[in-house]
Amino acid sequence: MTENKGKVVSINGNLVSVEFDGNVSMNEICFVKVGNTTLKSEVIRIRGKVAQVQVYEMTDGIKCGDEVEFTGDMLSADLGPGLLGQIYDGLQNPLPVLAEQAGWFLERGVYAEALDGEKKWAFTPTARVGDTVRAGEYIGTVPEGPFTHKIFVPFYLLGNYTVKSIVAAGEYTVKETVAVLSDERGREVPVSMSFKWPVKRAINCYSERLAPVETMETKVRVIDSFFPVAKGGTYCIPGPFGAGKTVLQHTTSKYADVDIVIIAACGERAGEVVETLTEFPELTDPKTGRSLMEQTVIICNTSSMPVASREASVYTAVTLAEYYRQMGLHVLLLADSTSRWAQAMREMSGRLEEIPGEEAFPAYLESYIAAFYERAGYVRLPDGSTGSVTIGGTVSPAGGNFEEPVTQATLKVVGAFHGLSRDRSDARKYPAIDPLISWSKYGSVIDSEKQSFCKSILQYGDEIGSMMKVVGEEGTALTDYITYLKAEMLDAVYLQQNSFDLVDANCATARQRYVTDKLVNILGSNYALESKDDARGFFNRLRQKFIDWNYVEFESEAFRKLEREIDEIYEKGEGKLSSIAEKLLKEGE
Amino acid sequence: MSVNKVYNRIESIIGNVITVRASGVAYKELAQISTRFGKSLAQVNKIDGDIVSLQVFAGGQGISTGDEVRFLGHEMRVSFSEDLLGRIFNGSGEPRDKGPALTENMKAIGGPSVNPTRRILANRMMRTNIPMIDVFNTLVVSQKLPIFSISGEPYNQLLARIAMQAEADVIVLGGMGLKYDDFLYFKDALSKGGALSKTVMFIHTAADPTVECMMIPDMVLAVAEQFALQNKDVLVLLTDMTNFADAMKEIAITQEQVPSNRGYPGDLYSQLASRYEKAVDFADSGSVTVLAVTTMPGDDVTHPVPDNTGYITEGQYYLKGGRIEPFGSLSRLKQNVNNKTRKDHRTLMDAMIRLYSSYNETLEKKNMGFSMSRWDEKLLKYGELFEDKLMSLSVNLPLEAALDLGWEILADCFEKDETGIKSDLTDEFWPKN
Repeated sequence: MTENKGKVVSINGNLVSVEFDGNVSMNEICFVKVGNTTLKSEVIRIRGKVAQVQVYEMTDGIKCGDEVEFTGDMLSADLGPGLLGQIYDGLQNPLPVLAEQAGWFLERGVYAEALDGEKKWAFTPTARVGDTVRAGEYIGTVPEGPFTHKIFVPFYLLGNYTVKSIVAAGEYTVKETVAVLSDERGREVPVSMSFKWPVKRAINCYSERLAPVETMETKVRVIDSFFPVAKGGTYCIPGPFGAGKTVLQHTTSKYADVDIVIIAACGERAGEVVETLTEFPELTDPKTGRSLMEQTVIICNTSSMPVASREASVYTAVTLAEYYRQMGLHVLLLADSTSRWAQAMREMSGRLEEIPGEEAFPAYLESYIAAFYERAGYVRLPDGSTGSVTIGGTVSPAGGNFEEPVTQATLKVVGAFHGLSRDRSDARKYPAIDPLISWSKYGSVIDSEKQSFCKSILQYGDEIGSMMKVVGEEGTALTDYITYLKAEMLDAVYLQQNSFDLVDANCATARQRYVTDKLVNILGSNYALESKDDARGFFNRLRQKFIDWNYVEFESEAFRKLEREIDEIYEKGEGKLSSIAEKLLKEGE
Repeated sequence: MSVNKVYNRIESIIGNVITVRASGVAYKELAQISTRFGKSLAQVNKIDGDIVSLQVFAGGQGISTGDEVRFLGHEMRVSFSEDLLGRIFNGSGEPRDKGPALTENMKAIGGPSVNPTRRILANRMMRTNIPMIDVFNTLVVSQKLPIFSISGEPYNQLLARIAMQAEADVIVLGGMGLKYDDFLYFKDALSKGGALSKTVMFIHTAADPTVECMMIPDMVLAVAEQFALQNKDVLVLLTDMTNFADAMKEIAITQEQVPSNRGYPGDLYSQLASRYEKAVDFADSGSVTVLAVTTMPGDDVTHPVPDNTGYITEGQYYLKGGRIEPFGSLSRLKQNVNNKTRKDHRTLMDAMIRLYSSYNETLEKKNMGFSMSRWDEKLLKYGELFEDKLMSLSVNLPLEAALDLGWEILADCFEKDETGIKSDLTDEFWPKN
């Protein structure tokens, strides 16, 4: 805390102007004193002797002349063991602790330590006295849940340091000094297991950034096979309300093949957070056998919480993600929804009376969105291991129209686009990812030739479908009609997936490959079908069996049995593999 | 606050917003303005140095630059006690009925949001005895749902019916921009239906000043929250939230805020959300459930008000042609409860909707002049029965009776295996004669 003080001179919503002496820096944190409480705020503009600050709380009751204390620090996150399993608000206050202090409501001006200062952690030193260390290298470890949590030389230390002393293995709190480092001029720096990092700055203590090439399995077929996401990549899910954005993210958070999931519930419903809170502790991760909650951090700034901390919440979330990435872990950050974050920026921009851009969003909207998604990445760390941050953001476009600024700015910077459509969700097709508009720049878990073969059937089927609306079934040629039925079948048995069924919802790569081959076989065959009724009947039977097949455990007895039954139907239709499909299946082996 | 500060010089009057030079005034503080037409409340909504802007509840009309402004030293508050039940107030909290003004136990309105960790998962059904709700889109305690409707639909009749039939301890009704006859209708319907004694009303009619309209949701929800903390299940009914949004738009434009979409302020989403999010089921206490009429200008669901609402709420009811539409309507929380009502509930619901959708296709074919097969005839009969016996808003049936009626309608039109329902359920529930 510096001695720097100021006085409130104007109040407009959550924007307060403060007259100050001395020096104030941009994005510095200050506290506005109102009666007995102090309200956390951030400097967002400085003009002469007046700083404009956004208050992270409701501003009711502030008066001109109220005192403001500047801290000299930027908005920071506490990093250290004990983050996993926590439920934080946008400013990293643990919500359960706030509930103990303030009861039912989130009373303003009540703040709590992000990391439990009492809890002891079993520290094992890995550095020795005399070692030379740099920011981002680690000097010890503690076990945290299923992981080995590395204790780093704080990321903000510049240059080389020598370990002057380090404690013996034992139990320590996050605040206790575990080592003393000295810089090249001999100045000593005590280091504990936790430190602060300004959330709006990306953590860059890695050796190099690598291209995201490894597919991140989500177990959702339409994503992994058709519109995949790579570890260290970025993707967005825009869709109108009720299209299932949140459900899709919820499923991804349960099944994605990553070490840690960070959920940023940004400006959305509190009920959904409660759902996660209720469900996750009950679920176990098949890989580690531990509760899913131990691998999850929830940053929760629901829609009724103050809007300025909504803006902060996505940065807090990505900072925690980067921190765990530094330990060589793969982290998935799910932000729901980035539109609410953009709206928070719009609200502040309006109060600052900035010249508005499109739909009154600020002119810097695009660069802020780009900078946020750029914090994803696959990196090589100083010790040679690799880690990644993958960012998936939902977008809630006004009126479900993807032409709006937030969707467009996001599409420019992400590597995959999962567009949800109202038509598909109205038809109760889950996930409602529209295969005709979505795209991905990352590598799929299935062979790319097979992928484009399947996509072409969907495309062609859609064209025939729209034609059929005009000329009717009678006016459509049998071959076209069969292609249409093939596209419908592919949609029903592969693109759609039941997220409530444990087996179907969890479709791993091996199974996706196996099933795709079967599909390429069926879709790439010609049949001796006499009439449209025959064709419809035939594909209905196949589809039904295939759906049943989706619900049984991979490679189980039932799986084999249903596969034989599918083959029997295929034989009855006198299916003959086309040359294209034959080539695909051969090459794929 | 010890001394009330009094000022006698109003610097500017623009629309419903006035400014005075004053010091020591708190943001959102209330003041009382005495004009030749009487007294009105006003609320501070901006402070710039010693220039204080206030929105005047009674509006700017007739205010003189020499009128007296007396700051009251507190924010907007509402009295809370059991005495509220059966009473009617306006947006300033003054009685609209002949009862006495209430000044005890004043509670601040627009309070902070509930800590998510103190909420519990919505898991109790709220019965309304309206089959289109109970059977097909079950209302869940602590849910927030809008009723999307176009002008002219009987949405207020629907709300009144829900108020009378719903299984809630307390009803808090908020009217915004209500036509006076609708206000009389509510009063009349609730007293005839015997629900008035468990109802509190905050009513702003179309003739009342705009600023009072903006106060209604906060007054209503503050009272609802207090009842909920006393272990009551409260049902909040709001009509019409589009008028509330339009009132905000009016003030924002008056104060020269940059508009974002069709003139609405940029914080429309946050403003609506902070109200809707008051819906809550407290761990170890009562609950607040919110049903809010949102009229869609031009039947356009992408209009900013219904659009933002849709992103906030947990589903929606579409009111169209005097009925709750089975297709666009959705209660997102229904699966939390409809698995523990009766074991045929979910299956019957799905089957009936599926068949009704086939009926619509058949109807389309019929209108285009195609010949009707035997199956089509069955569907036509089914559709008519369904609309008549279940969809009509005048139907008042408990869930179980509505489910039984559903089976009867099916048996009346179809054979068992035509319904696509699993045989163990048809064996048990199919009517025997």
